[in-house]
Amino acid sequence: MNFEPTQEQLSVREMVATFARNEIDPHAAQWDREHTFPEPLFHKLGELGIMGMFASEAFGGAALDTVSTVLAIEELSRADAGVGVTVSVQGLAERIIEAFASDELKRRYLPDMCAGRWLGAFALTEAESGSDASSLRVSAQRHGDEYVLNGAKQWVTNGGYAKVFIVFARTGSDGPKGISAFLIDRDTAGLSIGRVTRKLGIHSSNTVDLILQDARVPASALLAAEGAGYRIALANLGSGRLGIAAQAVGILAACLETSRRYAQDRHQFGRPIGAFQAVSFKIADMAVDLDAARLLLYHAAWMRDRGMPVVDASSKAKLFASTAARKHAAECVQILGGYGYTDEFPAERYYRDAKITEIYEGTSEVQRIVIARELLGRLDERTAGDRPARRPGPSTVQRDGEGRERRPAARRDK
Amino acid sequence: MKIVVAVKQVPDTNAEKTFDPQTKRLNRSAIENVLNPFDEYAIEEALRCKETLGGDTTVTILTMAPQRGVDVVRKALGMGADNAAMISDDAIGGSDTMATAYLLALALKHIGFDLVLCGTQSTDATNGIVPAAIAEHLRVPALTYAKKLEIKASAVEIQREVETGYARVGSQLPAVVSVTKGINEPRYPTLKGIMGAKKKEITMLTLADIGADLARIGEAGAKTQVESFTPVGARARGEVFVASDPKEGARKILDFLIAKKAI
Ligand SMILES: Cc1cc2nc3c(=O)[nH]c(=O)nc-3n(C[C@H](O)[C@H](O)[C@H](O)COP(=O)(O)OP(=O)(O)OC[C@H]3O[C@@H](n4cnc5c(N)ncnc54)[C@H](O)[C@@H]3O)c2cc1C
Repeated sequence: MNFEPTQEQLSVREMVATFARNEIDPHAAQWDREHTFPEPLFHKLGELGIMGMFASEAFGGAALDTVSTVLAIEELSRADAGVGVTVSVQGLAERIIEAFASDELKRRYLPDMCAGRWLGAFALTEAESGSDASSLRVSAQRHGDEYVLNGAKQWVTNGGYAKVFIVFARTGSDGPKGISAFLIDRDTAGLSIGRVTRKLGIHSSNTVDLILQDARVPASALLAAEGAGYRIALANLGSGRLGIAAQAVGILAACLETSRRYAQDRHQFGRPIGAFQAVSFKIADMAVDLDAARLLLYHAAWMRDRGMPVVDASSKAKLFASTAARKHAAECVQILGGYGYTDEFPAERYYRDAKITEIYEGTSEVQRIVIARELLGRLDERTAGDRPARRPGPSTVQRDGEGRERRPAARRDK
Repeated sequence: MKIVVAVKQVPDTNAEKTFDPQTKRLNRSAIENVLNPFDEYAIEEALRCKETLGGDTTVTILTMAPQRGVDVVRKALGMGADNAAMISDDAIGGSDTMATAYLLALALKHIGFDLVLCGTQSTDATNGIVPAAIAEHLRVPALTYAKKLEIKASAVEIQREVETGYARVGSQLPAVVSVTKGINEPRYPTLKGIMGAKKKEITMLTLADIGADLARIGEAGAKTQVESFTPVGARARGEVFVASDPKEGARKILDFLIAKKAI
């Protein structure tokens, strides 16, 4: 077992932490208050290579290992969770383009995305289709060598500023097999950006509706093949979830730091409030959960770097980190008392920001479904008729990080 | 042109520091080390010189540190320096400022240089002597406290920061220049730089390599001695003035500053 980060991982963390302290921290409160999407910041992050850390060097990326990418997102989110998700979604788009788009599209989009000049977005969710993503209804119909897309997506992170959209649409029958993924340029006729979503938190991130009205794209915009859309979405859930787990860890780390400093400085009844056990124990619990969340996150990232399946590990990391962030952000407000409830301190921002991590990239309930399914198999899909003859066992089909089937480890009967 | 930047690893400025009562030295092992913040300006200036001069200009990082000091060298390489040299030897422990300058000067002679850049001081010792002392050992001009630097053919010209403004100082190369905080805005290392740093060459130098006289270094060669140390008391809590209107508040602050003879 080895818990030591590499020299490069430490350098990446230090560089991003320093950048965040100088260029993000001083503005985060204002961006939150004014709902500012800090577009120029992403150009700067592009110059440093952060916007391209997920793509390979051949396309202008920095090709970082997964551990380094989560360290970077954690440090960004510690200063501003909205910035963290913007970068995480950029990574999602880059990874999908690199894995599934044609060479020509990769060459057209990836270099400018890596440089931070162009942003990418991921449009899966619709008004009637959230957790149940495979019920999506936006349609794509083939006409000659074009596809024509119709319908609306919602809550598209980065959408208002994005040049590139990964859009999931139905090309065939109901259910997951009828879904295809497309790479669609912002300048496509028939594509428009709808209303900007007003949110509880992550105000510095941009969330919009995406409207497709007879939007025509060349057949080459289809990623992989018709019907591969759901597989593409699933293949990248693992790494997307690690990004959100890293966002949650960053918020949690910020909560701990704010709580710790306040407990040392704030005096009541003639002593620092940290001298009261009711306060100090909250901080101790926060520190334990921060360590636990980091271990789950870094371990899952490390597994991905070794080509191991991460569906289960990334769900666990995301579930634990988001729950801990939400819980301790509330405690952070509590430790700061009335000041915590005001915008003079960042605690209330952490509290509002933390909540989203329990919702997007799969709600906590969905993460539990994923984790339980790894343990129990797909019990809900079995009917009495096909009950196994001897005893229930785990599902024989599990999927690895890229959505390929793998055989579960043999289990010994007791 | 060969530019060498002399850098130092220092204890993290935010870390709590303790001294070993026996050796009267700072407990360095317990604290995370960082690149001396003042040196970042020197590295940045060197990289800018390289960018303007082009051609075969190179930037070499030189440091004297225990083995783990290699971390700060990597950071400097990540910013864009070409290679590095590091003097690392157990016998160095306990060397004072003058011995440090002596060793750095020997190493500079060994690796060669046209221009040596330094920060004005380190955040741990804050002596600010090393740049001038190196120049003295090397018998080259020292141009200190540069807030602007320009290289013209084989000469260097700086704006030297003085209390009332600046003085223009120039000399032929080779020379040693120390740069102030105001001279530039140091860049962040890029991811490409960080990943590329591990492929860059770091030359390890021993005392024998540079021909150091052991009598002039370490505890034995130290010309200064730490007699005792006392911790600085915790900073008292600030005084808070409550005022009903800005005018009254300003008055209170003004009275306070006058009473303290601050103005
Ligand atoms: C700020 C923000 C940004 C977003 N960014 C993006 C983006 O960039 N791209 C994108 O495609 N989407 C995005 N989303 C959408 C997000 O991923 C969805 O909100 C999320 O997947 C949940 O879907 P839903 O909101 O429709 O909730 P629903 O699916 O309607 O769920 C409602 C509740 O029911 C629970 N539930 C649902 N099904 C089950 C079940 N089977 N068992 C137990 N409980 C269940 C859920 O856990 C939840 O508590 C974003 C959302 C927000 C708020």
